[in-house]
Amino acid sequence: MSDTSSFVKIGDLSRRDVLRQIALALTAAGAMSPAAAQEVHRHTQEERKQTGKYTPKFFKPQEYQTISWLAELIVPADGQSGSAVDAGAPEFIDLLCSQNEKLGHIYSGGLLWLDARMRQQHSVWFLEASQEQQVALLNELVEAERALAAKDTSFDPNFVYRQFRDYGVDTRTDLTPGVVFFDWIRKMTVDAYYTSPIGIKDLGYVGNTAVSKYEVPQDILNDAMRRSPFGPA
Amino acid sequence: MTQANQGSQIYDVIVVGAGAGGGTTTHVLASMGMKVALLEAGPELDPAKEFKEHKWPHDYDHRGAEEGGASYFGEGKPFGFFSTTSGGWELPGEPYTVGQGSEFRWFRSRIVGGRTNHYGRMSFRFSQLDFKAYDRDGLGGNWPISYDDIAPYYDKAEKFIGVVGTVEGIPSAPDGVFHESPPPRAHEILIRESGKKLGIPFIANRRAVITHAINGRPACHYCGQCGRGCLTGSNYASSQVEIFPALKTGNVTLITMAMAREVLTDGNGKAAGVVYIDKNTRTEKRVRGRAVVVAASACESARLLLNSKSKVFPNGLANGSGLVGRYLMDTVGFGLSGTVPALEGLRRYNTDGAGGAHLYAPWWDWDGHDRLGFPRGYHIEIGGGFGMPGVGSYHGAARRYGFGKEMKQRIREEYGTSVGFAGRGEMIPNHLSYCEIDPDVVDQWGIPVLKFHFQWSDYEWKQARHMEQTFTDIIEGMGGKVRGLANAERERNGISIPGTIIHEVGTARMGTSPRDSVLNSYCQAHEVKNLFVSDGASFVSNPDKNPTLTINALAWRASEYLAEEMKKGNV
Repeated sequence: MSDTSSFVKIGDLSRRDVLRQIALALTAAGAMSPAAAQEVHRHTQEERKQTGKYTPKFFKPQEYQTISWLAELIVPADGQSGSAVDAGAPEFIDLLCSQNEKLGHIYSGGLLWLDARMRQQHSVWFLEASQEQQVALLNELVEAERALAAKDTSFDPNFVYRQFRDYGVDTRTDLTPGVVFFDWIRKMTVDAYYTSPIGIKDLGYVGNTAVSKYEVPQDILNDAMRRSPFGPA
Repeated sequence: MTQANQGSQIYDVIVVGAGAGGGTTTHVLASMGMKVALLEAGPELDPAKEFKEHKWPHDYDHRGAEEGGASYFGEGKPFGFFSTTSGGWELPGEPYTVGQGSEFRWFRSRIVGGRTNHYGRMSFRFSQLDFKAYDRDGLGGNWPISYDDIAPYYDKAEKFIGVVGTVEGIPSAPDGVFHESPPPRAHEILIRESGKKLGIPFIANRRAVITHAINGRPACHYCGQCGRGCLTGSNYASSQVEIFPALKTGNVTLITMAMAREVLTDGNGKAAGVVYIDKNTRTEKRVRGRAVVVAASACESARLLLNSKSKVFPNGLANGSGLVGRYLMDTVGFGLSGTVPALEGLRRYNTDGAGGAHLYAPWWDWDGHDRLGFPRGYHIEIGGGFGMPGVGSYHGAARRYGFGKEMKQRIREEYGTSVGFAGRGEMIPNHLSYCEIDPDVVDQWGIPVLKFHFQWSDYEWKQARHMEQTFTDIIEGMGGKVRGLANAERERNGISIPGTIIHEVGTARMGTSPRDSVLNSYCQAHEVKNLFVSDGASFVSNPDKNPTLTINALAWRASEYLAEEMKKGNV
């Protein structure tokens, strides 16, 4: 598990000053030249500086380790790109939890549930279990989630969460609190990963630029037609 | 900004509301040298501060989920953190109520430019079929104008604001004065082919974006982020395109944070001014003028008229017919998406384009109503491409694929293979859909609020089911797999919640007779010659075309008429 932080931040102050200068160049009509627009793009696209090791604001050290390891399991590194930890997911989750008590409770409760479940099964905390045991538990949650969704088309983890928060016992399965928590950490991990420079590169998004003429490469159009039921153009 | 010197100055025209109608009115009147006081219930707009154009999610620690992850709890900005919306479905201290058994949601923007700062910018002309639809099916009513009356003003509005499109000669979708359209992308080519097989023509979209420079506004630079506001002013927002330049003429006094409460009348029953609450000081102020143009958005304008009661107008201003607030309409909305294997594994390319779709399908079956089983029609808006990843983009995929390397690989493969379809259809006005003053509730400015009543009829439900079938056919025709609705879901999501397409119009409709309409064909109140309503309130029907361009054109026409009448001494 990687411990280094690559939490991305807006660039330094001087860059912001440049942006402000550009913004000030706007006329009363709110218009600026394409050159200025391109300049804004150039600045916002420049590599961000790393801000060094991150100190968790909300999670206790062991909680933070568990969050980080879960993020690693949810979006692991593969041959093509780094992991959600490389993309700053633990920092993202910690920051938002530190700003929102409701969210913090979801995570602290969810982590304790996860530990309790692992203790029941294998007499160890989640983090102490083998990767095989950890993955097995997460798979169990995913299967329970699918079963719930199949049984009840109105299943909505956010809705179930409300019962969870109120210490209500969901009768549909004793895994429901885990399903709900896992949905939270998974969606926030996925968000952190795909909105990071690593995730954007992984998907291959190449926009957010200023161009003077918009064109679609002909070979891509041909390719799409060739693969479609309509045949080659 | 100049503050109104209340009490002393008498403006030529007071305009209430700085959205599409108010912006156009201000632009036209100011360029003719008239002295205009423009009242806006929200603050001024500073594009440099407000717009998040070109930003990445990772420019923010919260990635767009907003502080504390507000967006995860449905508490963030209505259209996402990056959207330039100001306002929302609920405004603090400014409630509205909904009658029992009804559902209605009202989106209000309180800012210079109003909803034009963030709207979809679809710009479709109404056709002669739309203006005289009653003649064909006996539903609703005819407009008192025909296409020929408004066409010159569509020309003027389009030339000024700028609209991309192509000349097609389709009767339901009259051609306009167009900027060159951006080319269709791969997913759009496939959608067009699939449509062709079904007899549905997908043509170049018509949106208020410029692709060559006009009036000091540079051409679009194709970042695809129109919804965030455009720093170069290359799309239409009444703030940047109409109001800021009008302020430069020196003829316009912009009064922000001014919540209009009441239109004042003199002893002769003519409009004399507007009473407003200055939100900054929470005090009542008034501004005087020779004419008043109300353009606060259809429902807000109806509210203002209904709250303007006097001895001469005991039911509210210009409401002798009792029709102010009546014939409230929204657009029929339904959406469906799917995944298309033919788009999988395509070489990545920049699909941002000019913002929004590059193609759309205008209504194609205007002679098919015997077969269709519902009146009028709808147009189809489409989506797809390799979009910028954002918070929430892959929640669905993550749930489908669990976690780990497999999930990551599947998300990679599925990226850019989704296509989405949204139907936007015409509702027939009905007597169960209207707004009125709620006698029991006032907002934080002490102004009585609106109470909404709304029902879709069978016409709208049938149309939405036709949309569902059509979108299914298009997706499957291109080899795609529909993400369909379960039966229980259809009951809930089978048609848009009234108000949520944000095309609410029709609360002070125009007509030839003061008995069955509020305004004449120039948006002038039958009962008050120096009072005009220049937003969507004047609409007699709500054709499937998005209303803004027609609001622009009608406001332009009304403004020229008002100026002429004032010159002649008739107003």
